[in-house]
Amino acid sequence: MIKFFLMVNKQGQTRLSKYYEHMEINKRTLLETEVIKSCLSRSNEQCSFIEYKDFKLIYRQYAALFIVVGVNEIENEMAVYEFIHNFVEVLDEYFSRVSELDIMFNLDKVHIILDEMLLNGCIVETNRARILAPLLIFDKMSES
Amino acid sequence: MEGKERLRMAITSLKLQDLIEEIRGAKTQAQEREVIQKECAHIRASFRDGDPLHRHRQLAKLLYVHMLGYPAHFGQMECLKLIASPRFTDKRVGYLGAMLLLDERQDAHLLITNSIKNDLSQGIQPVQGLALCTLSTVGSAEMCRDLATEVEKLLLQPSPYVRKKAVLTAVHMIRKVPELSNIFLPPCAQLLHERHHGVLLGTITLITELCDRSPAALRHFRKVVPQLVQILQTLVTFGYSTEHSISGVGDPFLQVQILRLLRILGRNHDESSDTMNDLLAQVATNTDTSRNAGNAVLFETVLTIMDIRSAAGLRVLAVNILGRFLLNSDKNIRYVALTSLLRLVQSDHSAVQRHRPTVLECLREPDASLSRRALELSLALVNSSNVRAMTQELQGFLESCPTELRADCASGILLAAERFAATKRWHIDTILRVLTTAGTHVRDDAVANLTQLIGGAQELHAYSVRRLYSALAEDISQQPLVQVAAWCIGEYGDLLLGGSYEETEPLQVEEEEVLALLEKVLQSHMSLPATRCYALTALMKLSTRLRGDNNRIRQVVSIYGSCLDVELQQRAVEYHTLFRKYDHMRAAILEKMPLMEQGGPQIEEAKASKATAQFPEAAHVPAEPQASKLLNLLDLLDGTSEDDQHPPPLEPSPGGAVVHLLDLPCSPPALVPIPNLKVFEREGLQLNLSFLRPPGTPALLLITATVTNSSGDDVTHFICQAAVPKSFQLQLEAPSGDTVPARGGLPITQLLRILNPNKAPLRLKLRLTYSHFGQSVQEIFEVNNLPVETWQ
Repeated sequence: MIKFFLMVNKQGQTRLSKYYEHMEINKRTLLETEVIKSCLSRSNEQCSFIEYKDFKLIYRQYAALFIVVGVNEIENEMAVYEFIHNFVEVLDEYFSRVSELDIMFNLDKVHIILDEMLLNGCIVETNRARILAPLLIFDKMSES
Repeated sequence: MEGKERLRMAITSLKLQDLIEEIRGAKTQAQEREVIQKECAHIRASFRDGDPLHRHRQLAKLLYVHMLGYPAHFGQMECLKLIASPRFTDKRVGYLGAMLLLDERQDAHLLITNSIKNDLSQGIQPVQGLALCTLSTVGSAEMCRDLATEVEKLLLQPSPYVRKKAVLTAVHMIRKVPELSNIFLPPCAQLLHERHHGVLLGTITLITELCDRSPAALRHFRKVVPQLVQILQTLVTFGYSTEHSISGVGDPFLQVQILRLLRILGRNHDESSDTMNDLLAQVATNTDTSRNAGNAVLFETVLTIMDIRSAAGLRVLAVNILGRFLLNSDKNIRYVALTSLLRLVQSDHSAVQRHRPTVLECLREPDASLSRRALELSLALVNSSNVRAMTQELQGFLESCPTELRADCASGILLAAERFAATKRWHIDTILRVLTTAGTHVRDDAVANLTQLIGGAQELHAYSVRRLYSALAEDISQQPLVQVAAWCIGEYGDLLLGGSYEETEPLQVEEEEVLALLEKVLQSHMSLPATRCYALTALMKLSTRLRGDNNRIRQVVSIYGSCLDVELQQRAVEYHTLFRKYDHMRAAILEKMPLMEQGGPQIEEAKASKATAQFPEAAHVPAEPQASKLLNLLDLLDGTSEDDQHPPPLEPSPGGAVVHLLDLPCSPPALVPIPNLKVFEREGLQLNLSFLRPPGTPALLLITATVTNSSGDDVTHFICQAAVPKSFQLQLEAPSGDTVPARGGLPITQLLRILNPNKAPLRLKLRLTYSHFGQSVQEIFEVNNLPVETWQ
């Protein structure tokens, strides 16, 4: 089960955070700083899976943004690694060449996309067209 | 007036975009906080005013601020209002806010139950989707119970969009309220027939959750194994054509989920495992491994194969796949391969052995998590046939590995050496090498183990002491090494100087050099207090082993008599006294230590007790050199085994010889003098015991043993030893002599003190050794007919 999904930039600012298990707010900030510290200290040579307390962290770097997912022991790390890339591809299609600013200014839409793909820590949909279909309908509805 | 104010508020309050811009523009943390606080004040005011139009915008800003870590609890009620509003944008933000701000511990939590219920039953799909999403994230047990029936209805809705969300909400409900499994179990069978991957994915997750929770569900779902196999097969064979393929692999996420479920179903169940065998083999061989997606599926397959009752050929296939992973250049794949191999090494040892060279390669990884796993795996792969090669590699690794792995590596090598050492000499060499490379990181009992090992290998004493001397001469900073070396030099110093041992280079060592080295250790500030004690004791022992005069040693010992460290000072004073007053006993006290018993902590205690037991007696009472042997006799009645330096164990005499003291009439404790007892006679030599119970101390018994000789020949080298049961305390004083001249010459007397606090029946065993008529005699016997007054 996925415990949390974070997007943090190199300066340590959180761009997106979603927790699927309750955690107090001060613990969250602590977690985020520690996680980004351990990700930043890794070089390109090292593998993308880190063990942190009782989670496993799987991270991927896209330009200046780190996407970090924390899972429990039973998850398949490589599948989650693939999932992160899938998520980024969906964002890419929706925002046409997504950048960090897009994510910052359209946080609610990014949340919607994430909710379409991950529900309560489980992967629910990975097909790009199907994920974006409801979102495009919402956009039309809110404009009208 | 009010209208104007409201207008002003609407103008000055920022849109979300602008707020984000402003926050980005803030240069310092303090500035950012200022901006945010100003904005929060606006938001609060706006909530108070209850402006419905812009509420969603305010809440969106609040949520952004919340994500940055600032408190946002005052937005909770607004979430509720937004959820209840009919507009979709309001609902959207409201539900998002509910997910982020309202968790179970908040009081406002229950209030959304009603709204969710309404939304779920209204039949507008996006709204239902929102509600389900929120429910599955923050739903408490109460809410789940209330809304279970609603969700169940939605499971059968025609729209797959809602269905897939409903299924996963069901998963959450089961986690919170396990009893609800009964409701959600029946629809699963139908849901499995889905074609829609989203729903299918959710269903598999649901079934996995159900099976995890209850064994009954597990049995129920074993029936669907053939169906799952079918689904997976379709995915694998027609992978490329469906819309869910990722880099050529058909919906890897679904494949991984199905494989995980198959693993749970097939565990410990032969029939299901058989059904899966072919499919697993097919997946394992056909999946494209050039991209990560394929590797993810392959990894899950391997895990499944290892967990179920698979055929042997399949297991070998799995291990080979992992071996191939190890050769892959991608670090992630190597990581998962090493982790899985670690899990397998217990059950499939021989299969994993084949990949040993690759594992050793991985030791050289720059990545710490990879090299740690490689280290664990290598240590697990050591067996008696490859131990030499492996230790060679591991020692090479030890020299260059990062510090956090050193302790593990060192103890791992030592453990492996202990288990599989072919020869003692190789074992000693290995430990020596580890101590020189990583001395500070070894565990505490390594020193004890090494001394034990060296002590036991008689033929290697000279070799070890030479090696240790050379190592010590080079470097005195590694404490465990210094301690062992000091001990060795102390014990076997004579072997260090005398002659040469063929296999090492001829080492010419002068006495003065040895003493200088030990002094250097004593004076060095790098040495721990324990190390200095070792060095001092070693110096002391050398006073008997070396041939030169002992002035230098005496000097050092007397200097340390005023040392600040109490332990060191005590020893120095005792040794100095030994030089001064008890020089005649020095040789015996400092003779070579006997082989210690196996087993860690007892060795330390035995050493300590032997050391301390000797010296207090040296200080107060002139003790015999055989004090150690006498102390050991206390255990003789229990029959501990010693080597042939000590007397063979005394067996307790069979029951018949024991005097039934209880049959004797019970006499009151009186000061009646206890009659003497003749206990032994042979060829004119007689041993008598006389007893005395001092009135002041009721537990104390004094026995005086008198040895008389009426024969024609002298009795020489007479030694008497005694043993009593464990609950007693025995103390033998020094005999008056060891020779009884012939024909009624001066007898030997010896005093025995026995403390009997429990007033247990006294049993006494005696051992006599002496020379008489040109023969050495040894007698062991238990004293019978002990008067009852001796112990009552």
